[in-house]
Amino acid sequence: MATSPTSAGVAEMAEEVVLAVKNLTVEFETEDGVLRAVEQVSWELLQGETLGLVGESGSGKSVSVLAVLGLIKQPPGRIVSGEIWYDGSDLLAATHGDLRAIRGTDIAMIFQDPTTSLNPVVTVGSQISEAMLIHDKGLSKKDARDRAIALLASVGVPSPEDRVHQYPHEFSGGMKQRAMIAMAIANKPRVLIADEPTTSLDVTIQAQFLDVLRAAQRETGASTIFITHDLGVIAEMADRVVVMYGGRVVETADVETIFKSPSHPYTLGLMNSVPKLELEVHELAAIPGQPPDPFNLPPGCTFQPRCELGQGRSRCTEEVPELRELGSRRWSACHFAEELEPGFMARPAEGLEIITDASPGETP
Amino acid sequence: MSETSNGEVLRVEHLVKHFPIKRGTKASAGGKAVRAVDDVSFAISEGETLGLVGESGCGKTTTGRVVVRLTEETGGSIFVDGQDITSYNARQLKPVRRKMQIVFQDPFASLNPRRSVGFIVGAPLQIHGLYDDTGPDRVAQLLERVGLKGDDAERYPHEFSGGQRQRIGIARALALEPRLLILDEPVSALDVSIQASVINLLRKLQQDLGLAYLFISHDLSIVQHVSDRVAVMYLGKIVEIGTRHEILRTPTHPFTQALLAAVPNPDPTKRTNADRLVLTGDAPSPSDPPSGCRFRTRCWKAADVCAEEEPALIDRLDPGHAVACHFPETLEQMVSAPGRQSS
Repeated sequence: MATSPTSAGVAEMAEEVVLAVKNLTVEFETEDGVLRAVEQVSWELLQGETLGLVGESGSGKSVSVLAVLGLIKQPPGRIVSGEIWYDGSDLLAATHGDLRAIRGTDIAMIFQDPTTSLNPVVTVGSQISEAMLIHDKGLSKKDARDRAIALLASVGVPSPEDRVHQYPHEFSGGMKQRAMIAMAIANKPRVLIADEPTTSLDVTIQAQFLDVLRAAQRETGASTIFITHDLGVIAEMADRVVVMYGGRVVETADVETIFKSPSHPYTLGLMNSVPKLELEVHELAAIPGQPPDPFNLPPGCTFQPRCELGQGRSRCTEEVPELRELGSRRWSACHFAEELEPGFMARPAEGLEIITDASPGETP
Repeated sequence: MSETSNGEVLRVEHLVKHFPIKRGTKASAGGKAVRAVDDVSFAISEGETLGLVGESGCGKTTTGRVVVRLTEETGGSIFVDGQDITSYNARQLKPVRRKMQIVFQDPFASLNPRRSVGFIVGAPLQIHGLYDDTGPDRVAQLLERVGLKGDDAERYPHEFSGGQRQRIGIARALALEPRLLILDEPVSALDVSIQASVINLLRKLQQDLGLAYLFISHDLSIVQHVSDRVAVMYLGKIVEIGTRHEILRTPTHPFTQALLAAVPNPDPTKRTNADRLVLTGDAPSPSDPPSGCRFRTRCWKAADVCAEEEPALIDRLDPGHAVACHFPETLEQMVSAPGRQSS
């Protein structure tokens, strides 16, 4: 594989690539041995899009993003190979000072747990102001404070003039997560990274958060990387999707394509195994087996021991499948991806009983 | 009130649990309390699953813990097989505990890491003096029943993945051949790809053994899949209860409707439109709930009566489908009505 997943497509479409991860391999030294967290991971973020990074715990979905921000501690971490291109330079070769200048201004992050990501002894307003003051030495404290109030208002925090003086413990979970968005967009970033931002929130609060995030995206025009394990959230938010499994990218496609006809058996299995509100079935189509042990990855394709498509074919156990292009902007790391099409998804699971007509994949 | 007919395993009447708020070393003078569970009533029959849903902090987990009396109730009654166990002491409770068991959310915290799986699964038998020469065989059977191997009894919890550990927890809960399982978010801590197999196992066990389930979860899609009936909690109260279809297809309480509208649709061609229901704000504190209807501070229908009079949980539109709202209506009835919030 000479090209990364989307570069060919990008050249054709002439879309601007904001951020590109190329062939990234990261290892961690642990007491139990060397853990290869991601292997040969490549993806690109296009101008103005929301890229969904999907995977389960241990799939490596957060690792490439931490590498982008220079947040992988070395040791125990080790970047074995790869490049991360932003604004014409390789961030992996950047100095500490260069990275500091980019973090929080050009590339900003919204973390999973707002409770541990906010400093409990500093007011929320000061934390937002700090984000601006660090990067803009000419800004007065009063201007920063005024801007913090405006930011809190823009993310829907009620009575921001009062809230700006409050401490994180005086904010509810949903309000803290809004404050995190305000902080992340304070410097009008070009890239916004949200790492499982709604995992600790109730669905009601999650819906509010997603609305606020959409508004923030519109306002700043930031390209966004949205990391989650929740397919529903991906369907709501993403333009393109990167699916990770066992430290590798197994599939990349536009969101509508991937939900309509996934081209990797893991993606398909994941979509079929999740119960859906509109769909009633007698039994869930579970993926057999367990996620791979990162210390002891299976040979060949990491998904092969659980795969119903491979059926133990020797090519799956012997040869690591490379990410290859199947069609326009669709990439799959499955030797037999073609066998999933067409309409493998439409095959009803045993006992499938569609009660309403709102089943996924149907178009009115 | 309590009837033992038609296979009713559990009946809870007017259950109340208040946690007093203590400041420093002495209880606060005002006698303030977190009203975690405030007048909750429901019943579960043999082979039936009641799904209990709501936001975090609504009291659903406390309800489960009070039912198995891991937490002492403040008021109300709990009937197991028609027996009022509310006033039972520890000795009297012991035989009742054989009938109801609990499976916890976190399979990493709920298994003793220093004990073998065989010890853990056999422990309920030991406690009840039922572990004899056949004990090891019994444990092996239980492990096989939940999809593990009989000789896994020799191994320790850390050797198992999350999904397998939850299976061990389920085997332990089944050891005493209970009639009722309290399942407190049993798959929330598991990876998405293994949730389905644990859910399938729970359904199969229910069919084979006729178990009654109280299935506590925040995930409406999973509740939709497993439940026969569903109860929706808000700030310590059940606001709507009915069959799965009534609650999920024709909900009539505004909170239920908003909760369902908030679930992301796993279909990118049906992205949420701007005029969907979006709840504003957070739930109020359960130590100081609003007067009248507790949901009124976030409700788009709230009128004066909502602040003055607490709506009773009674059948209002269909029999057997109770809703605690002064203005219940289905979504169809509501479509033309004004007051929908847009985001």
